[in-house]
Amino acid sequence: MSFLKLSAVSKAFGANVVVKSFDLSVRKGEFVSFLGPSGCGKTTVLRMVSGFERPTSGAIEIGGRDVTHLPANQRQIGMVFQSYALFPNMSVFGNVAFGLKIAGASKPEIASRVKEMLDLIQLGHLADRYPYQLSGGQQQRVALARALAARPQVLLLDEPLSALDAKIRVSLRDDIRAIQRELNITTIFVTHDQEEALTISDRVVVMNGGIAEQCDTPHEIYNRPTTRFVAGFVGKLNNIPAIVVDPDAGTVRVESDVVTLEPRAVAGRKAGDPIVLALRPEAVSMGTRSGDVVLEAKVQEVYFLGSVIRLKVAAAGVSLSLDIFNRADAPPPDVGSTTHVSFSSHAVIVLDS
Amino acid sequence: MSALDTASAPVGRSDPGIGRPLARFSGFWKWLGVLPFFLFCALFLLAPIVTLTDGAFRAADGGYTLDNILALSSPNIVASYSLSIRLSLVSAALGTVTGLLLAYAIILGGLPAWVRPVFLTFSGVASNFAGVPLAFAFIATLGRLGLVTIVLREVFGFNLYATGFNLFSFWGLALTYLYFQMPLMLLVITPAMDGIRREWREAAESLGATRRQYWTMVALPLITPSVLGCFLLLFANAFGTLATVYALTGSNYSVVPIVLFQQIRGNVLYNPNLGYALALGMVAIMVVSNVLYMILRMRAERWHK
Amino acid sequence: MKKPFPWLSTLIVVLAALYFLVPLYATFQFSLQMKRGEWSLAAYESVFSSDVFLSTLAYSAVASLAAIVVGAALVAPTAYWVRLRLPKLRPVVEFVSLLPLIIPPVVLVFGHIRMFGSSSILPLTTTDGGTNFLLVSGYVVLSLPYMYRAVDNGMASIDIVTLTEAAESLGASRARTIMEVILPNVRSSIISGAFLTFSISLGEFVLASLLNRPAFGPYLVQIGQDRAYEPAALAVMTFALTWACMGLMQYFATRKPGQRVFPRLTLALSRNEAR
Repeated sequence: MSFLKLSAVSKAFGANVVVKSFDLSVRKGEFVSFLGPSGCGKTTVLRMVSGFERPTSGAIEIGGRDVTHLPANQRQIGMVFQSYALFPNMSVFGNVAFGLKIAGASKPEIASRVKEMLDLIQLGHLADRYPYQLSGGQQQRVALARALAARPQVLLLDEPLSALDAKIRVSLRDDIRAIQRELNITTIFVTHDQEEALTISDRVVVMNGGIAEQCDTPHEIYNRPTTRFVAGFVGKLNNIPAIVVDPDAGTVRVESDVVTLEPRAVAGRKAGDPIVLALRPEAVSMGTRSGDVVLEAKVQEVYFLGSVIRLKVAAAGVSLSLDIFNRADAPPPDVGSTTHVSFSSHAVIVLDS
Repeated sequence: MSALDTASAPVGRSDPGIGRPLARFSGFWKWLGVLPFFLFCALFLLAPIVTLTDGAFRAADGGYTLDNILALSSPNIVASYSLSIRLSLVSAALGTVTGLLLAYAIILGGLPAWVRPVFLTFSGVASNFAGVPLAFAFIATLGRLGLVTIVLREVFGFNLYATGFNLFSFWGLALTYLYFQMPLMLLVITPAMDGIRREWREAAESLGATRRQYWTMVALPLITPSVLGCFLLLFANAFGTLATVYALTGSNYSVVPIVLFQQIRGNVLYNPNLGYALALGMVAIMVVSNVLYMILRMRAERWHK
Repeated sequence: MKKPFPWLSTLIVVLAALYFLVPLYATFQFSLQMKRGEWSLAAYESVFSSDVFLSTLAYSAVASLAAIVVGAALVAPTAYWVRLRLPKLRPVVEFVSLLPLIIPPVVLVFGHIRMFGSSSILPLTTTDGGTNFLLVSGYVVLSLPYMYRAVDNGMASIDIVTLTEAAESLGASRARTIMEVILPNVRSSIISGAFLTFSISLGEFVLASLLNRPAFGPYLVQIGQDRAYEPAALAVMTFALTWACMGLMQYFATRKPGQRVFPRLTLALSRNEAR
């Protein structure tokens, strides 16, 4: 049963179509992220849900009610902006109380609800401060409390963490998720940061060029991307060119070697089709024993990242990245040395060339 | 100069531009660099004001007295101040309201993008187009033979001057002042209008506020300090205006600057020390309105950080 | 979805445009009416044929240029030095440079006359040269806020301290640093301040009149009392001159190094929109 539903929603600014026939249904209490590069239409979809943009066609439903033509101030939404957008002329208390005041709540009601919200974001002691006296992280917490105070049906977050420092970004991200679970509020979160989207969401919608490329759980999105864009945008990817030899047997040719994959990976392709074998860096290992596909390799670069060491090696005519764990007793290989790398054919994602 | 400071060590990069002592530099030479500026300002800016202030408290024989200050309460001087203040208040109010409306229209009004630079550039010129030529322009427009007067009479059958309107009167002056007050308002309020962020309106709307509630609860409170500050700036601007009045009305219209002007020429008051007091009163009014302007501006800037 | 047509904004803008443009048009039309029953440039010819017009204009132009030179020579080194060596003094210098906005010109010249009158220690007003000097000083004071702000903003935008450090780290002497690095970079701000000074002092009336100088401002007032059509012609010319000054000022204030002197029209437009 979907709580928020977008049906064939499109948006054009003049001749410029920024969202094309977008479908999505979100369950009550679900946390969905829109992920994509800037200009992919993710913010436009969010703004159509919030009511700041009217769809050119299609319909939007919240809680079983068609809100497509309802103005923003009647949709009962809570919105958090990248730039916080706290009202500078009001104290923290005044900001959080704003929506309740508009809704006509009584004074004691407002006071107790604001206190409850400020305790939720752990800023109860700053109720009398003004926004300019707060740090960015504190301001965004207040903005979250303001959005939630009037018990909205949907919480909409438009890149809420992008303006913050790395450390605060992580802690606020975790807090948002915890609060969202506690209140069981249906949430849409727009971001261009894949790590953010994968960490925080029940489901991720990867968008590109105004269409939803893939909509699935973080695990599926990362491990089984369905389009080349999703595969390349989410996580790092090695691309090895190959040619289909026998689609029924699942054999493909990489350079001069013939490799056998699961037949369903190349289902629907013809012999001689050029394809790309995509591999996550963590799916490739050093040595010959970590999988059924073994390639000769020459070490080009060694990047020390701490717990992980990323190697760049030349193999199969291309440059591959692979990650190995850092171990104190095993120094990384020398640049220029030759070695073997191997991977499991199950880990291969087959993409169009 | 370079021989004096061979060691230049950059220190404290926290605030670019200020607070960066560069090098050891013996005190005397360091101050020599600003000596011409302060000497000039002391001689031609500060000393004259001190002279006037001092003179305002002296009698003709040189002894200290409060007589000049008290003499400011004589009916004709009070009338001058009252006229000046009323005219400045009215012209500042007109300028504030019209300038604010114009700023709203060109910045938030949803008009084509070229409107804004056209008006801002024109305002840069018009706010400097004061003085004698402005008076001439308004005589050619709203004087007895002015274009608008004639068009109103001959095309619309409306005799402007029969309504009691006169360019050389209070409202005529106020209308003329508006020609530099409205552009000035537009120029000084534009940053505050630009400071109204779209997200505030959207945040308010997402919380259920109507457009009217957004304006009364968020936007207007936000620009009020700026608007009041600009009003005071316009007031001060009108209060000091002399050339426009003089070119329009000669010395008939006794606003304070005109009275002082006549006094300096030696054909109104016969007590020079009363002139000092008159000048001091003007400065006092300017200081008060400018200080209030600064305070309001600082308040507005704090919000807009 | 199409946004509704902004009636209110359009109405406001049209009314404002009328208020601004009608007086300009009226003045222009009036200036052409000197000969009964025909449009002519007679009023302009009359103005230009007057020796007083030319001599007062020349006098005011020279006085304004002198004020520009003195003002720039006073403000630019001070602003530089304060940023470089005396940053703590900056608020004081800024305050002093803004003071003239609080002092009405009539009060300022009153103080000057009293301080430098015939019975004072420094009797400037007793000689022609002295009075001219006083007039120029007055213009310097009146334009101080604008000149200082223009130059100081120019220096702020290029981070003068780091530039000086960079030049010195490359071995340049202080004099060379100023001549080859600092001055070329703030030249446009100084010029933009100069045009403002010029537009303030060229038609200035109060100081010139009270110091009895044969300047353009008092001449304008005199013509306004004596003639009917010439004032309109003069107003049109003054307005055009103000436009030219402000245009040049904005041009120099926004000019980037290496930009051509006469930019193509599209460039000028896009610059305006960027502001």
